[in-house]
Order: sequence, then structure tokens, then C-alpha cells
Amino acid sequence: MKKKLVVIGNGMAGARAVDEILKRDRDAFEIVMFGAEPYGNYNRILLSNVLNQTQAPDDIFINPLQWYTDNDITLHVGVKVTHIDRAQKKVFGLKLSKGTPPYGSEVAGEKGADLIEADYDELIVATGARPFVPRIKGSDLPGVFLFRTIDDCDLIADYAKNCKKAAVIGGGLLGLEAARGLMTHDLEVSVIEAADQLMPSQLDREAAKILEGAMGAMGLRVLTRTFSTQLVEKNGKVGRLVFNDGSLLETDLVVISAGIVPIVEVADKSHLKVNRGILVDDQMRTNDPHIYAVGECIEHRGKTYGLVDPIWQQVAVLADILTGVNEDAEYIGSKTGTKLKVMGVDLTSMGEKETDETDDEILVYRDPSRGVYKKLIVRDNKIHGAILLGDTELSDSLMQLFQNEKPLPENRGEILFGSIEGARLFNAADLPNSAQICNCNGVCKGDILSAIDNDNCTSVAAIGTKTRAGQGCGSCRGFIAQLIESRIGKVSYDASEHYYVPGIPLEKSQLVREVRSRGLKSVSATLQVLGEGEEDPTTKTGLASLLKTLWPKDYEDERDARFINDRVHANIQKDGTFSVVPRIMGGVTSPDELLRIAQAAVKYKAKMVKFTGGQRIDLLGIKKEDLPAIWKDIGLPSGHAYTKAFRTVKSCVGTDFCRFGLGDSISLAQEIERRFQGVESPHKVKMAVTGCPRNCAEAYVKDVGIVAIEGGCWEIYIGGAAGSTIRKGDLLCTVDRPEAVIQYTSRFLEYYRQHAKYLERTYGFVERIGIDLLKGILIEDSLGICANLEEKMQEAVDAYKDPWKEAEDPLYPFQFDGPGLIEVLQEAENNG
Amino acid sequence: MEKSWRINLGPIEKVPLGQGLCYQVEEEGIAVFRSRDGLVTAIENRCPHSNGPLSEGIIGNGEVVCPLHGHKFDLKTGMGSAPNETVRTFPAWVEEGTLFIEYHPALVELVKL
Ligand code: SRM
Ligand SMILES: Cc1cc2nc3c(=O)[nH]c(=O)nc-3n(C[C@H](O)[C@H](O)[C@H](O)COP(=O)(O)OP(=O)(O)OC[C@H]3O[C@@H](n4cnc5c(N)ncnc54)[C@H](O)[C@@H]3O)c2cc1C
Ligand code: SF4
Ligand code: FES
Repeated sequence: MKKKLVVIGNGMAGARAVDEILKRDRDAFEIVMFGAEPYGNYNRILLSNVLNQTQAPDDIFINPLQWYTDNDITLHVGVKVTHIDRAQKKVFGLKLSKGTPPYGSEVAGEKGADLIEADYDELIVATGARPFVPRIKGSDLPGVFLFRTIDDCDLIADYAKNCKKAAVIGGGLLGLEAARGLMTHDLEVSVIEAADQLMPSQLDREAAKILEGAMGAMGLRVLTRTFSTQLVEKNGKVGRLVFNDGSLLETDLVVISAGIVPIVEVADKSHLKVNRGILVDDQMRTNDPHIYAVGECIEHRGKTYGLVDPIWQQVAVLADILTGVNEDAEYIGSKTGTKLKVMGVDLTSMGEKETDETDDEILVYRDPSRGVYKKLIVRDNKIHGAILLGDTELSDSLMQLFQNEKPLPENRGEILFGSIEGARLFNAADLPNSAQICNCNGVCKGDILSAIDNDNCTSVAAIGTKTRAGQGCGSCRGFIAQLIESRIGKVSYDASEHYYVPGIPLEKSQLVREVRSRGLKSVSATLQVLGEGEEDPTTKTGLASLLKTLWPKDYEDERDARFINDRVHANIQKDGTFSVVPRIMGGVTSPDELLRIAQAAVKYKAKMVKFTGGQRIDLLGIKKEDLPAIWKDIGLPSGHAYTKAFRTVKSCVGTDFCRFGLGDSISLAQEIERRFQGVESPHKVKMAVTGCPRNCAEAYVKDVGIVAIEGGCWEIYIGGAAGSTIRKGDLLCTVDRPEAVIQYTSRFLEYYRQHAKYLERTYGFVERIGIDLLKGILIEDSLGICANLEEKMQEAVDAYKDPWKEAEDPLYPFQFDGPGLIEVLQEAENNG
Repeated sequence: MEKSWRINLGPIEKVPLGQGLCYQVEEEGIAVFRSRDGLVTAIENRCPHSNGPLSEGIIGNGEVVCPLHGHKFDLKTGMGSAPNETVRTFPAWVEEGTLFIEYHPALVELVKL
């Protein structure tokens, strides 16, 4: 009688094991298989192609259902094994109800379904692995997907139809393939990686940087050193990602691809030895002599694998042993290499990516203009590690040498370059103009060149908009990039709309990290290091504002990077004169102050003295060269009416005088104004404190508005506006002490300073982020950053210096000079 | 025949690094700029859009941005970003720390003369 063989798991390892056994001995076993997925066995590797729409799901089956029938295998499809009874040598399975993910750790069976049981003499566990889901709040929201099965691909593709933006959490091999796949669904895709580089397990820093560039050129946004902490719901589904530094990313769809974990529950429950994976010996046997395990679910000699190569070796050994073809067969572990399957990017890596051994030889070849980087680490004349990027012509032969530990040829150049004849140097630039580059939309090289030359298209995306090239399957995007490069030297990205300043290709959070980690304290130094020395004027003013925020004490104030108002601390008027608005805390002044202001207005011939809409006084039409003197005469600090900084706090008369007053609005307004005066921010910030909801100080329409209410409490409104935009502020919270007003205002203002775009007022910012999220971050401290926000704001407050003190101590010579009068007649030479 | 003068504007240090300064030569304001890479340029100080003082503008990438409404002008050619706007340019150079320009009065004045 035939022995009974049961296989749990019908994936790449399970099915291949059976195949290998049948090849050795067709009659040894009566075979029963359990597969949690409702299909035969398919090539999981090719799911990337299914997602990027270059292959149909039907095309990737290795063992369709017919194969099982033809080979007399009983396959229980869609049935998940729930436990093994080792004493009776039986396994039990449950038919999964529709929609239950096959790799979930909970088993939801079909209603009323009976357990399916099978007896075994020998049992193979090949349950594979499941995607690792890091602890991120909201990862169970609709619109959040994993990427492991055909069904996953279907779900993602279906959901993507109604999306514009997608984010992939995880910048490893699978994450990048997923991201590339999503792009073919017409999505704007961002990849988020917590490490400071892409593919951290396979690539060194330099290769990762080049890869990042290549991904960017395809239109993929890459955010490294970015830690996702929360997925936030919008209209019942995922709407944005929150990172641990408080920055945000809008997205309609999220794919989590953060690694894999072996599936071990069934083995564990039946007391097979399990560590990270199911423990097996060199014969693929678990601690039960009749139970074997292969594939991603195992741990062998301390290693787990996430690739198919080791599986092929494992199942060959297993088949030898089970069929008795070679009872001494041994699996001793695998040396693995990986290949990134992203069209337009050739990348292979194997073994170690770096070495500390001084005796190792390190061979590196770089050709940045072609995006080529090759690195070999040679130890004892054998390959210890290799990275081939941009030119993988030799990857197969190198992989052979690596896996078989073959000695290398003497001539190291040959290893890096291969023989000259073998070298492939394909470049779209060498093709004739009539050659079709985009096969999906029938765009030829000539059309693309014309878009570059005549229509100023410098990015792959811009070419796409113009010619539709690259907007089909996307496989030609690499070639389009090559063409742009050959024509104008450099491919630009359209990520620019997300840049904080136009001249530096980084978003605010990335820019902040670069500036902090490199210690860049001046605009010129930042432009040198991060902006290729380009001196775009908007870039300069935006950077100056940010640097002053980041380095409250050590910022190197280069005034040429600032708008004239910030060079001389006054607002330029249409006739080139300036206005002077002293600080009048909370709108409260005194006869003494008024006298000094009046005298100064007379002495410096102010063209007008006006009460402003901000409850203070403006002296208009003052000459630049008179500014220092008038400031000294007035003897009040600057009111910052000219700059993107904290400006005014309007107040109403409040409890001191008003019969309706519920809170002391004047004292609080003055206290707030004294504290935050002049603190630099992405745009101006105006506040008001009003003594009751009658709102005489217009607090509901201020960037931050405080309203006293019954019971000694204060409401804090944020994001109000009554300028070109009218918006009632959103209620952030209600507090019962003035100190709490200061505390929450500090948090909000610092969060605004850190995360708003340059020149984004709070009304835009609060609307963009959403009040619910802000409440979570600023009141409930959901990200744990509030202490830091308060501390950073305190530093800014401590670093405040009244800029009008430059009257006594100018920052640079001739700071306040007016036009230099040159007398032509005396000094000129007439060349006539 | 066009008249022009070589004019000594005094020490170059008067113009703050990366900024501009206005010199009044006869009736005319001339904006002199000293960029961070050492380039010295001189243009008419009056913005053709609405008389903005160009010497108070931010410079970068070889252009100055008018402080009033943001029109841009090429510092070497005087070419403006808005249609039909140009400013006059004057050769400018530094000799041993002293700033010189070659001044030629505006055409209107030549006609007057
Ligand atoms: C002096 C003053 C008008 C007055 O005589 O009352 C004034 C004058 C100017 N405002 Fe204002 N605003 C003045 C109160 C306001 C107010 C009312 C208030 O502060 O309570 C608002 C509505 C609230 C707000 O800020 O949104 C206001 C909304 C604006 C806006 C529209 C901002 C917006 O995004 O909606 C601008 C334009 C801008 O910022 O881009 C602006 C810009 C300007 C500028 C700075 C335009 C400029 O760049 O040159 C004006 C300077 C004139 C000059 O030559 O000095 N001003 N401006 C007020 C000074 C207040 C103060 O004491 O600091
Ligand atoms: C998108 C993608 C791209 C990849 N690209 C590559 C690549 O380029 N190169 C490479 O080498 N590798 C690649 N891999 C990895 C490769 O696919 C895996 O290494 C391989 O599939 C592992 O095989 P396995 O049989 O161990 O697990 P699986 O293929 O996952 O098979 C396990 C099967 O068992 C089922 N199962 C689990 N528990 C039970 C249970 N209790 N009862 C019944 N059935 C159960 C699962 O549902 C699954 O169908 C890729 C993987 C993915 C997802
Ligand atoms: S509303 Fe403000 S910006 Fe407009 S003219 Fe009056 S002061 Fe100037
Ligand atoms: S005056 Fe120069 S731009 Fe308007």
C-alpha cells in the first residue's frame, strides 16, 4: 500500500516539493494537499508583473488545478489547516469563508462547514510567510493593503481606480516593486522608508542614492528616514499618513510592505519546535521525525529566507530523502542574491554589501552619468558580496561564481566589465528618430526629442503630459529619462510642487533633516551644499525663514537672502520710503508713549500717522536713513508689521471695564504678545484675545483667537482669517487657566512653524491638516512630540532680540544708507 | 556722438555682499550690485513698472527682483521678465578696491544736450 503524504501549504515550496517527489518516484505516495488560497500554485514572484499590468493573473500559474487531477493529488483549495494531531497522525482543516485572507492569523471558517481531515504517514509543512505589519495606528482602515497574493493584486487594482495618490510603506525590494506597479494605475506614488536609504539590506549608501535618483526620474517620490506612525481616516477610509516628526502625507491608498514573518501557528500549536521559523535540521526534518518543513516558514541553521532559490535547494533535498533516492542528502544553507524587478532599473545584489575586513579587496566602478555603479567585495579570491546597478550584464555569471564559491580570474577588470564583446551598452540615444519608444501609445523617439527641444520638457512626467509617452505600462520611462539626459544633461523631477523652496529638491521634512544633520546655518552654505550653488531669490527668502526657525541661537543672518523689509525692519512703501509700526502690547498704550511717537512723527516728517487695523499706530513715509534714529526716539520695540513672524495680539477692554467681560483679555493679550513677539514663522501670525463671545477683538477670525467664556474658561480657536480669505477658526480646545492658553498656543505655533509650507497662512494649514488630527497631535499628544514642541518654542522665545536694536548696532556697515550722492562734474573723466 | 564718463563710486565695501546700493549720479539713480560670487553690475535704479527702487531688490542667479511687485531684471542685459520692460545697464568694475562705472546719460538727456 502507498504511504500517505500530506502537504500543508500549496505555494511555491509545497507544490514544488510534490513536483520533485513525483519526478523521483510517481508511486511512492498517495498525496493530499491543503491550500488556504482558492487556487492552484502560481508564481508569486510574478505578482509584481500582475500589479504593474504586464502579465495577467492567468499567465502566472505553474500548477493549475488540472495538474493536481492529472497527478492524482487531492487538493483542498481554500482550506486552511488549523491543527495537527501528531499522536494520531492527522491534520484538520477548515474551508475559509469568502474574503478571509489566507495568511491571516485568525481562521474564519465558512458557516457550518465541517472540519476536513486527512491521515498522514509523512507530513510537509510549507505554510510560507505573511507580510509583516508594523504597529501603525489605522493599518486596518479601508484602503490599506498588503501585497502577497493574487487576491491582494485584484483588491489593490480595483481600489486604485478611484484613487489619485498612493503610498507604499517600505522601501525594500517588494515595496519598490509594489510602488512601480501602482504607478501603472495612474497614481502618484510615494515610497516611505524608515531607514536612511532604499533597500537597506541589499545596498550600500552610494548604490541606494543612485537607485533613489532612478526611481525619482520615473516619477516616484522617495522619502527615506521617514517613520510612519499613524494612518488617518478620511471619509471612512485611509486619507493620510502621519510620520513621527509630525509631518503628513496625503494619500488615497496605502500598501504596507515592511518585510515578512514566517507562518508558524499550526506548527507551534502542535508543539513542533519553533523559533523565528519552524526549526528544521539539514534534512528538512522538524523535531518530529515524520514532519518536515520547507520554504519561507522555516528556520535552518539560524537563518530564514525570503527568496525562492533556497526553496528549490530545500525541496530537492527533501524529495531525495522522502523517496529514498538519497537518504543522506543534506541542505547546508544558501547563498542568496536578489534582483530588483522594476522596469528601467537593472539591479542585482548578492552577499554582503559592505565590509570591515581590511584584507578584503573592494572593487568599485562608477559612471554616474549613466547611473552605473558596480561594487565587488572579494575575500580570499572569492566573491563575498556584489552590487550591480545600471548595468547587470554580468549578474548571472557573477551569481554563479558567488554561489559556487569559485575562484575569480586574475584580471579584476574582467570581472567588473566582462569581455568587451559581451558588454551591452544599450542607450535609447543611439536609436534612430523613427524608433518607437513607447509601444503603448505609439510615440517615437523623434516626438520625444521634439518635446524636449521645443516644449521645454525636462522631466519624464512632462514628456508624458505632452506626448503620452510613458503613460501606458511605463516600461519605457527609463528610456525617456535617457533621452532627456542625452539632450540636456539632467532629468528634472516634477516632485517640485512638494518642495519647500523651488531651488532645493526636498520637501520640508527632508530639508529640515538635511539642514539639521549637516549643521547648515546660513543660506549661502545651504545653497552650496543642497542647491548646487544656484541662487534663486524665492529659495533664499524661504530658506532664511526656515533656518532662523531651526537655529534660533546660531542662525547666521545673511541679509542679502532677505526681502528689503527684513533687511531694515520696516515696510517698504510705493515711493521707496518706509513705515514704522512700534509694538503696542495688546493695543494698550500710554500718554508717555503717545508723546514720544508724536514728537518722532514731527521730527522725521512722517507723511501720515494712522491707527492700523491691528490696534496700533503707523508712521508712514519715513526715509530709510532715518529709521535707526526714529526707532531710538520712539523707544519701543519693533511691531514686526513688515515680516513673516508673530505680529499682534488685539484685545478688547475685558473684565477691567466692560460690563460683559468674562475674562481678563487685556492682561492675557499682553502676556501672549510679550512672549511670542517677533518669532519667525512661515507666514505672519496674528492673534486676538476677547473678553466674551461678543468677540469685539475679532478673535474668531485670527490665526489664533482666544475667547473668554463663562466659568473662567478660555476657548482657543486656530486657523481663522479675515483678510483675502474669510474663515472662522476651528476650536482647538477649551482650558480653564491662562497658562494653559500659553501652553497650547506654543504647541500649535511651533507645529505650524515646523510643518507649514513657506508662505502658508494658518487658515490654509489648519484646513489642510484638519482640526481632528491637530487635536490628536497637540492636545492628546498622540505622537509624543508635545514636550519637544514646547521646548523648541521656548528656545525661539529665548532667542528673541528686538531687531530695532540694530539702530545702535547695525548688522553690517551701511545697512541703513540712503542713495550715495556722486558729484559727476568733479570726479568724472570725460572720455567723450 | 554718445557721451560717457568713467565714474569713481568709492570703496566697493559700501555695497553689502550679495546686495545692492543706490548711487545718485546727477539726476539719475544707479543701482550697483555685488553678488556673492564677486560679480559687480550696475543698472538704472528705477523699475519701469512703477518706479520701484531696484537697488533694494533681492538678487540671485544673475537677476534682481523688484521689491515692490516682483518683476525681474537681468543684471547684465537689463532685460525684464515682463513684456517691453527693460532697464539701462552700465559697465561696472573694481580697481584696487574702488568701484567704477561707465556712465552715459539717458537718451532723453542727450537729446536735451
Ligand atoms: C498698516 C495696515 C493697514 C492699516 O492701515 O490698518 C496693513 C498694511 C498692509 N497689509 Fe495688511 N495691514 C494691516 C492690517 C491687516 C489686517 C487686520 C489685522 O491685522 O487685524 C488684515 C486681515 C487679517 C490678516 O492678516 O489676514 C490684513 C491683511 C493683509 C493681507 C491678506 C492676508 C491674507 O492672506 O488674507 C495682506 C497680503 C499678504 O499678506 O500677502 C496684507 C498686506 C499688507 C501690506 C504689508 C502690503 C505690503 O506687503 O506692503 C500693507 C503694508 C502697507 C504699507 O505700505 O505699510 N494685509 N492686514 C494694517 C497693519 C496692522 C498692524 O498693526 O500690524
Ligand atoms: C510580490 C512578490 C515578489 C517576489 N519576488 C521575488 C523575487 O524576485 N525573487 C525571489 O527569489 N523571491 C521573490 N519573492 C518571494 C517568493 O515569492 C517566496 O520566497 C516564495 O513564494 C515562498 O514560498 P513558500 O511556499 O514558502 O510560501 P508561499 O509561496 O507563500 O506559499 C505558502 C502557501 O501556504 C498557504 N498556507 C499558509 N498557512 C496555511 C495553512 N495553515 N493551511 C493551508 N495553507 C496554508 C499560504 O496561503 C500560501 O498559499 C516575491 C514575493 C512576492 C510576494
Ligand atoms: S488693504 Fe492692505 S494691502 Fe491693500 S492697499 Fe490697504 S493697506 Fe495695502
Ligand atoms: S515697481 Fe517694480 S515691479 Fe512694480
